[in-house]
Amino acid sequence: MIHAAGPFVLASGLIGLGIAGVLLRRNAILVLVAIELILAGGLVLLVASGLLGPARWSAGSTLPIFVITIAAAETVVALAVILAAFRRRGRVDLDEGSS
Amino acid sequence: MTSLDLAFLATGGLALVAGLLAITSTRVVHAALWLVAALLGVSGSLLVLGAELVSLVLVLVYVGAIVVLVLFALMVTRAPIGPDTAHAIGWPRRLLAGLAGACVAALLASVLVPLAGGWPGRLVQVRATDSTAVAHDLFATWVWPLEGVSVLLLVALVAALAVSRERS
Repeated sequence: MIHAAGPFVLASGLIGLGIAGVLLRRNAILVLVAIELILAGGLVLLVASGLLGPARWSAGSTLPIFVITIAAAETVVALAVILAAFRRRGRVDLDEGSS
Repeated sequence: MTSLDLAFLATGGLALVAGLLAITSTRVVHAALWLVAALLGVSGSLLVLGAELVSLVLVLVYVGAIVVLVLFALMVTRAPIGPDTAHAIGWPRRLLAGLAGACVAALLASVLVPLAGGWPGRLVQVRATDSTAVAHDLFATWVWPLEGVSVLLLVALVAALAVSRERS
């Protein structure tokens, strides 16, 4: 037995940390690190919601696996774009040109 | 407070503290390694919630593949080993970013905690994942999303190759 509010608080904390990290970082790769934190919060939320109701179609286990796979695909493409931009411009600074 | 609550408190606390260090560390390699600690905390939390399969896949895919990829990208972009002074930001932006993050977290918690029946929420029984049932559902109910995800992985692989190919 576990109290149901803990996982929800953890999920909202992780998503808040991720949002703060996206706004804090200027290095494009570290923005990706913060996005991983947001996705981890989403994972906790999916698993916790699966725990609250009856187990239908094992959604509490399958949907997080889909999210993890899509996150992996997203990270691969984003890193390829960042590396291509680095080769062309020699920097990974997202604030470049805005100041 | 039950024993599972205590275990969840430990793993969730690890995830939150390591996540905070991952977004605030000035050394880029340390930030990526703190992400490993945060993801291990999340994985432990999922284990406490009874989702062993998701927890293992999280460790395999995130810690085993994505973080290694991020570390490689940091090496290729010649990230400094010491503090990253080239990407330093001022205090107003730090305060505003922290404020935005805190506001998002408070908003989400104010919506989600009533969903769990207020603080500390109602007691729910943790179900252990039945891997046989998950496999059956994955290849029966979820078979089309699964095929879609496999096509997505292929497209992502080809797209990454196409983007990173040097044009002569």
